[in-house]
Amino acid sequence: MINIKLSCCSEKPVTSLYSGEKLCKNHFTEYFENKVFKTLRQFDLLDKGENIGVAISGGKDSLTVLSILNRLSKENPKIKISAIAIDEGIAGYRDRTLMTAKEFCGKNKINLHIFSYEEEFGLTLDEMLKILDVKPCTICGIFRRYLLNKKSRELGLTKLATGHNLDDECQSIQMNQMRNDLRASARLGPKGGLIKNNKFVQRIKPLYLCTEKEVTTYAFINGLLDNFNECPNAVHSFRAQVRDTLNDLENKFPGTKYSIENSFLQTLPYLKEKFRDGKIKICKNCSEPSSNDICNACVYVEKLKNKIDMNN
Amino acid sequence: MEKIKVSVFIDRDNKNIMIELSNSTLVRDLLMKLDINPVTVIVSRNSELILEDEQLNNNDEIKILSVISGG
Repeated sequence: MINIKLSCCSEKPVTSLYSGEKLCKNHFTEYFENKVFKTLRQFDLLDKGENIGVAISGGKDSLTVLSILNRLSKENPKIKISAIAIDEGIAGYRDRTLMTAKEFCGKNKINLHIFSYEEEFGLTLDEMLKILDVKPCTICGIFRRYLLNKKSRELGLTKLATGHNLDDECQSIQMNQMRNDLRASARLGPKGGLIKNNKFVQRIKPLYLCTEKEVTTYAFINGLLDNFNECPNAVHSFRAQVRDTLNDLENKFPGTKYSIENSFLQTLPYLKEKFRDGKIKICKNCSEPSSNDICNACVYVEKLKNKIDMNN
Repeated sequence: MEKIKVSVFIDRDNKNIMIELSNSTLVRDLLMKLDINPVTVIVSRNSELILEDEQLNNNDEIKILSVISGG
């Protein structure tokens, strides 16, 4: 039986919130979009005039961000929107999600810029993993962040919006604690990064306050949900294990994830202050920003070259 | 007790199963039977989202969609 007292209206509810309130399609859509707009305002994520790039994979999170920001852009011509996608070269996975991204951008007349590991580094991720004995998510993350920042800057973007949601943030907070890496946590938050530098394009997370389940519900209702797609390399990652543990806890103790993120937000200003003094260097090889003389992307490109030379 | 039969598609496993249940089975009971954490999925019946406390009917076509994606 549906509990009428907790329902928003006479329409059939499609989801129930953490508070117990049950919402129909229209009221959930309104609730979700208001939450995203509140995030943009509360954390001061957008200035009056912006040239925003949305980093998209073709998955539900990034398409949800792109869809909402695109609407905002139509209502406010000072906000310009384009999409940027990275083709890592993961056969059977990225080719499919990129097709969804292309279809969405084509239908909504959004400029989509695609950059690939193969064109930029000479090899696909699948090929790199055959050469180097390294955790896939480590090397992939380094190259993806590198390309997203470099290409966003070259495209003249003022902000880069990503599809990171509340679940992603909680996982990162927990992973950094388990690795005793508070500096990495200081870079988290709805506005990413630690040190302002004109070589860095500011990252923003409009879905910061939305759970993964809420994003999926929104994507389902609004036709943004594609077939199930999980990166084949991510299945056994540390993040996947932390994610499963957090979901078990959330099921037993509802509100766990909100508590993690809310308490983190209270400590974040202290973390940012503590690690503010770190200096940004310029990579001697590629001139991109780096914390060392040579950036991590160049280190791995060199390792790949050496390994290929050894094998020839 | 009267039984019902429902068709269940689990997108994460790309698997379709027919399952026999008692006629008072709720969505949350089905998830528990399949050992699926309700936090990790949304559930639809005939292409409409349904709540965990809704009762299943004979010949329902249920889809269990994972909220986890990407990598």
